[in-house]
Amino acid sequence: MVQGITGREGQFHTRQCIAYGTKVVAGVTPGKGGQEMDGIPVFNTVQEAVDRTGADCSLIFVPPAYAAEAVMESADCGVRIVVAITEGIPVLDMMKVKNYLKGKPVRLIGPNCPGIITPGECKVGIMPGPIHKPGGPIGVISRSGTLTYEVVHQLTKKGIGQTTCIGIGGDPINGTTFIECLDAFENDPATKGMVMVGEIGGSSEEDASAFIEKHVTKPIVGFIAGLTAPPGRRMGHAGAIISGGSGTAKAKIVAMEKSGIHVCRDLGAFGAFCAKVFGYA
Amino acid sequence: MKIHEYQAKELFRKNGIPVPEGGVAFNSDEALRIAEGLGGFPVVVKAQIHAGGRGKGGGVRLAKSMDEVRNLSNEMIGMKLITHQTGPEGKQVKKVLVEQGLGILKELYLGVIPDRSTANLVLMASEAGGMDIETVAAQTPEKIIKAFINPLAGIHSYHCRRIAYGLHFSSSLIKPLSDMLTRLYRLFVDYDCSLVEINPLVITRDDRLMALDAKINFDDNALFRHPDIDGYRDLDEEDPLEIEASRFNLNYINLDGNIGNMVNGAGLAMATMDLIKLAGGEPANFLDVGGGASAEMVENGFRIILTDQKVKGVLINIFGGILRCDVLAEGVVQAARKTGITVPVVVRMEGTNVEAGRKILSDSGLDLITAIDLKDAAKKVAELVS
Repeated sequence: MVQGITGREGQFHTRQCIAYGTKVVAGVTPGKGGQEMDGIPVFNTVQEAVDRTGADCSLIFVPPAYAAEAVMESADCGVRIVVAITEGIPVLDMMKVKNYLKGKPVRLIGPNCPGIITPGECKVGIMPGPIHKPGGPIGVISRSGTLTYEVVHQLTKKGIGQTTCIGIGGDPINGTTFIECLDAFENDPATKGMVMVGEIGGSSEEDASAFIEKHVTKPIVGFIAGLTAPPGRRMGHAGAIISGGSGTAKAKIVAMEKSGIHVCRDLGAFGAFCAKVFGYA
Repeated sequence: MKIHEYQAKELFRKNGIPVPEGGVAFNSDEALRIAEGLGGFPVVVKAQIHAGGRGKGGGVRLAKSMDEVRNLSNEMIGMKLITHQTGPEGKQVKKVLVEQGLGILKELYLGVIPDRSTANLVLMASEAGGMDIETVAAQTPEKIIKAFINPLAGIHSYHCRRIAYGLHFSSSLIKPLSDMLTRLYRLFVDYDCSLVEINPLVITRDDRLMALDAKINFDDNALFRHPDIDGYRDLDEEDPLEIEASRFNLNYINLDGNIGNMVNGAGLAMATMDLIKLAGGEPANFLDVGGGASAEMVENGFRIILTDQKVKGVLINIFGGILRCDVLAEGVVQAARKTGITVPVVVRMEGTNVEAGRKILSDSGLDLITAIDLKDAAKKVAELVS
């Protein structure tokens, strides 16, 4: 199901997802119930869409002011996976959403993210499909959008396929964290290694590193953007800010290397670096 | 968004958080008028700039007479104030806050910030007031008392008690502190702040609690629902090119280097800056034109970089996803025709419609240097500039 299916971005990306093979069964836009978008029925409420089509995954393109409630609406209607693309949701709204979702049988991916793709099978997001290579064996996790495309493109050029690529989003508060994705890939037999793309701000890379030390056995290549970012400035993403000396790229790289992650410092040579670590060279 | 101390204190006053008497002055005459109204000395004159560490840089001074008020405000207004947060170039002071001086018994720290990992708001307090809280956190973390508040449940008296007893407050001050914490929390939530800080919070000789300093930052994502706060924006505190970029919804940050760069997506933009540095260059800016940029946005972004006098070369790095390469190419060509290119421009494009984009650039007759990949792009631009 696509929430915000009738908007410009909603329409464009719904078509792209369908072209990639994703089964889109419903759209939701309040006030436009009864209409159709390329033959897909549009409903006024998520409840109606779920009741009539059995949709269990939602892709959200709702504007920032209403996106938080769109996530909660889906969660309330039993949707299991919610992918929020929207950038610019107020931080307090997301803090409430995060607390509200605790204990509910729902996984939120994002917001402010490119979504999730299993190459060759299904994409729920806005990433360009053709840069991906189906069949694995690498799982990709990233806080960024186009930087993920760059990384995936370089993997594909080296003949390294991907099992699943997840954009967890560039906001300070997000639904799914590095740790949950690492855990899922560690337990996925098809995934033989992982790529983890982080950036300045917060401590999610440090938290992930502590988790990796104890619980992850598969090889991981890491990358951190923002070595040259000035402190105290928000670098595009709401979550990408060095505040009070914490959240620096250097500190993250140190923590990651300490946990055994192979950190690549040269984005231009990322594909070659991965080929070496994952045994493709 | 940041605001000045005097503006933060205005919001404190409006929301029932006690602050010293005082007002803002743009010249010494105004400063004298405010000082007269305070009815006694000492009077504190505080430079109003968007940076911390003002005291050490000579931006907070005590006046014991009207003459001193005049002299100090004359000295301060117009001066370049250098603190550890302004950088070596400092910031010009355009206004001062003139306040009553207080008899102080004790200085404390209070703050409210969002905690990213728990998605709670954190009330932070410390008896080490007046000090940089980051230093306290690094050196003596046990001196910081924290109360985590779930925003769905809000603040309760047990949160306040935790802070009050942690600060070893006497019983007479527990109620005033709880009242202040509750108001501080509500202010944070009501105005969508990203930081509210009182450093120092003081206990006066006559046993009152008072916010001697006030700092508030707002969540930029939530400004749309606070049109009243928008009036607090001070363009004097912002970089002219950054103001220009914000008019077109471009994420632009002016930096010290000489290699301009334009990228789509914040993560890739940061990584491109890092790559420039790795190749031996220095980035002149951060510019994310966004995933869904139009040709017009690209044009404006490119124009802003080209008007930056310190830029000696430009790297355009686009990974076409939502923003198609042909759209980017059109924007670049339009901006180049209007502004004129006087420095070398290296273009690296990949992704959606890359062939169409490359054709637009090569047909334009513009003197652009194409790069085969990222490494090549960074190397080329760094060599051209050095």
